[in-house]
Amino acid sequence: MHKLLVDNPGEKLLLLGNEAIARGAVEAGVAFATTYPGTPSSEISLNLFQMSHQSDLYFEYSTNEKVALEVAAGAANSGLRTMCMMKHVGLNVAADPLMTLAYVGVKGGMVILTADDPAMFSSQNEQDNRYYSKLSGLPMLEPSSVAEAKEMLIYAFELSEKLGEPVLFRTTTRINHSSAFVPLGPITPPVTKGDFTKDPFHYVTVPAVSRQLHVKLLENLSKAADISEASPFNTIKGTGKLGIICNGVSFNYVSDAAKELGIEDKLKILRIGMSNPLPAKMITDFLSGCEKVLVVEEGEPFLEEAVKALAQEAGLTVKIAGKGEDLLSRLYEFNPTIVCKAMANYFGFPYNPPTPVELSDLPEAPMRPPNLCAGCSHRATYYAVKKAAEGMDTIYPTDIGCYTLGFLPPLQMADFLICMGSSVSTSCGFSRATGKKVISFIGDSTFFHSGMTGLVNAIFNNHNFTLVILDNGTTAMTGHQPHPGVDMADLNLEGYGRVSIEEVVKAIGVKKVTVINPYKVAKSIAAIKETLEYKGVSVIISRQMCTLYAKSLKKIKVRAFEITSKCKNHRICIDTLACPAFYLEGEQVKIDADVCVGCAVCAQICPENAIRPVKKTG
Amino acid sequence: MDITRLIIVAVGGQGNLLASKVLGEAALLAGIPFRMSEIHGMAQRGGVVESAIVFGDADSTIISDGQAQILLGFEPLETMRAMNKCNADTTVITNLAPLPPFTVAIGKGTYPDVEQLQKLIAKKVKRLIAFDGLALAKKAGSPMALNIVLLGALIQSAAVPITADQVKTAIKTKTKPAFVDINLKAFDLGFEAAKNAG
Repeated sequence: MHKLLVDNPGEKLLLLGNEAIARGAVEAGVAFATTYPGTPSSEISLNLFQMSHQSDLYFEYSTNEKVALEVAAGAANSGLRTMCMMKHVGLNVAADPLMTLAYVGVKGGMVILTADDPAMFSSQNEQDNRYYSKLSGLPMLEPSSVAEAKEMLIYAFELSEKLGEPVLFRTTTRINHSSAFVPLGPITPPVTKGDFTKDPFHYVTVPAVSRQLHVKLLENLSKAADISEASPFNTIKGTGKLGIICNGVSFNYVSDAAKELGIEDKLKILRIGMSNPLPAKMITDFLSGCEKVLVVEEGEPFLEEAVKALAQEAGLTVKIAGKGEDLLSRLYEFNPTIVCKAMANYFGFPYNPPTPVELSDLPEAPMRPPNLCAGCSHRATYYAVKKAAEGMDTIYPTDIGCYTLGFLPPLQMADFLICMGSSVSTSCGFSRATGKKVISFIGDSTFFHSGMTGLVNAIFNNHNFTLVILDNGTTAMTGHQPHPGVDMADLNLEGYGRVSIEEVVKAIGVKKVTVINPYKVAKSIAAIKETLEYKGVSVIISRQMCTLYAKSLKKIKVRAFEITSKCKNHRICIDTLACPAFYLEGEQVKIDADVCVGCAVCAQICPENAIRPVKKTG
Repeated sequence: MDITRLIIVAVGGQGNLLASKVLGEAALLAGIPFRMSEIHGMAQRGGVVESAIVFGDADSTIISDGQAQILLGFEPLETMRAMNKCNADTTVITNLAPLPPFTVAIGKGTYPDVEQLQKLIAKKVKRLIAFDGLALAKKAGSPMALNIVLLGALIQSAAVPITADQVKTAIKTKTKPAFVDINLKAFDLGFEAAKNAG
């Protein structure tokens, strides 16, 4: 049985934040869950996916976040407790349904989880999704710890049902990817069958209906404001005159800093767990009892500006600060020292920050950036495209996935990236504006996510570029989640359809479609060359399963290669491919047999034919 | 209870997340407050994997520069890269078997001299425990047991509030049954090595 399905209330487990959230969903009796995977949210859905095979929970990997939210909206308006989770930028994709779902509301409890990523550990930006709660008029909850995340998630469903609105649940990476002891609560069996009662004047958002629904949304928001005033998640700690208002993980740094500075008795800390609507009266009362207030929040001055506005309305002149020089930054994430320093500076207490050891005499550390894996098919494709496009003046728009790592030397096959699916549509702009040869790259999962619409656009508007679809048979970067092109039989799962990328591309109207196996180097280069000559939109589908995934499915027999005595040390292999299986022993290139998966790409580019399979011994 | 802050650094695939988990399970058995945060998005792509572990009465799950009492490094270059987390009172425990990054192989940077590195680190911190953990892992039965070898050394150093028995119980209950014997042997070898090193 899945460890999160064990019904043993009171037991304490060591859980990752994302596991605690998944457990919270089970304890809340979630019946329906949808997602598109994205770090740092991915383990929530992975656990729900696994549990759905052992319980009544319906779970799906949807094609993108907008679809996921719409699927969930249907289920929630049929009365089911529904959860939809995504990374912060995923909510941009889902923003369209979000804004009007807020008008329509929900029947069954619905939680929309946004996993923000301050400091961008694995994201293209660090946008602060608290603003989505303001923009949509939906309540937002933010936990400060792993254990609280589970409790708060259960409450989020209750709150959603009380208001008839979806509830936004915002985490940050340090909640998702922290671990702590979590006491289990009882599991609520889910209600898995719902019904939909027709009521077009409530559910069909034509202007006349929406005008009424907006009124209802504001009424709900006003009810939510009353709930926020009494929320058990907006709490005050301490009785001092120096005020701190904070949220999320910043609360932990504030608590530790208070001890470190020895000023616990001088402080009063307001921890905001329900950040929309804010508890206006609670905040005003809090301010009026303070001599000076510091707002401690990662990201944008969301609380700070609201608190300052409330002070103005109440005619309070108490000094309020947050973001600023010598205080706190809008950039990246906080840590205990950053917060301690800001508190010491602002309130005027002495603080000796920890003194790191002197580092200046240490030798320069060579970088260890993440790299495409040994035998990664993307490396093979990049090599072949680079060869095929030699001598051409090219622009390489790319997309989001493992293959983005191809931007590093020596491959350097990525010139432009903004968001999921942008490879295809930006290619339209680049090719039209520059007249240069544009070759763009997109993964299979990303193609289904948001590449298809761009391709339709390219055909309709008669653009001219080559799109390379890197079809490795899985959503690799986030941990091998399935997508519509995957053969689910590989996972021993039944009851799924399957969409062929090749057929989709042809149906969209692409006249030049080439399928290559990137492990066959010479053939691939020739086929790509021929395709690049085509005027108009051409597509190359480069098909080879992700090696990590293939290994986990036991679909490849690894046979390592070695460098034989024929090697003349040109180093073309290592210098152009930079496969992590290569290493230098003195000046001689070697292949680590434990790392090599036997893709044989290097063997095909060696001019001396010096790379051969390791001879079987015995 | 006093706060103990431990940073573990490794290269993706070296098993530091399992080592952290074993420590956490041991802390759960011992009833010692334990919080941890990990950066592991790129773990399988050969990047650096870091765990920050806080034992005792703290709420933070991350560790600032100069704040770590212990730095446990699975790879000498990564130990060096994480020295910013150390102060003069830090105990550094490191495996000495290098795993050069591919940037070195393609001529972008030089791997530091490990002998020299030991001398430099030893001068800066309270104690340096350095040994070839990989050799001991192989001796225990698998190079994959490096993480448990290093846990043995960590416990021997008495720098964290967890006992050998607690870790061994966690190894027995939380690591793959097929690896338990190898892991227990690896733990003992690491424990002994730390007695004799540094």
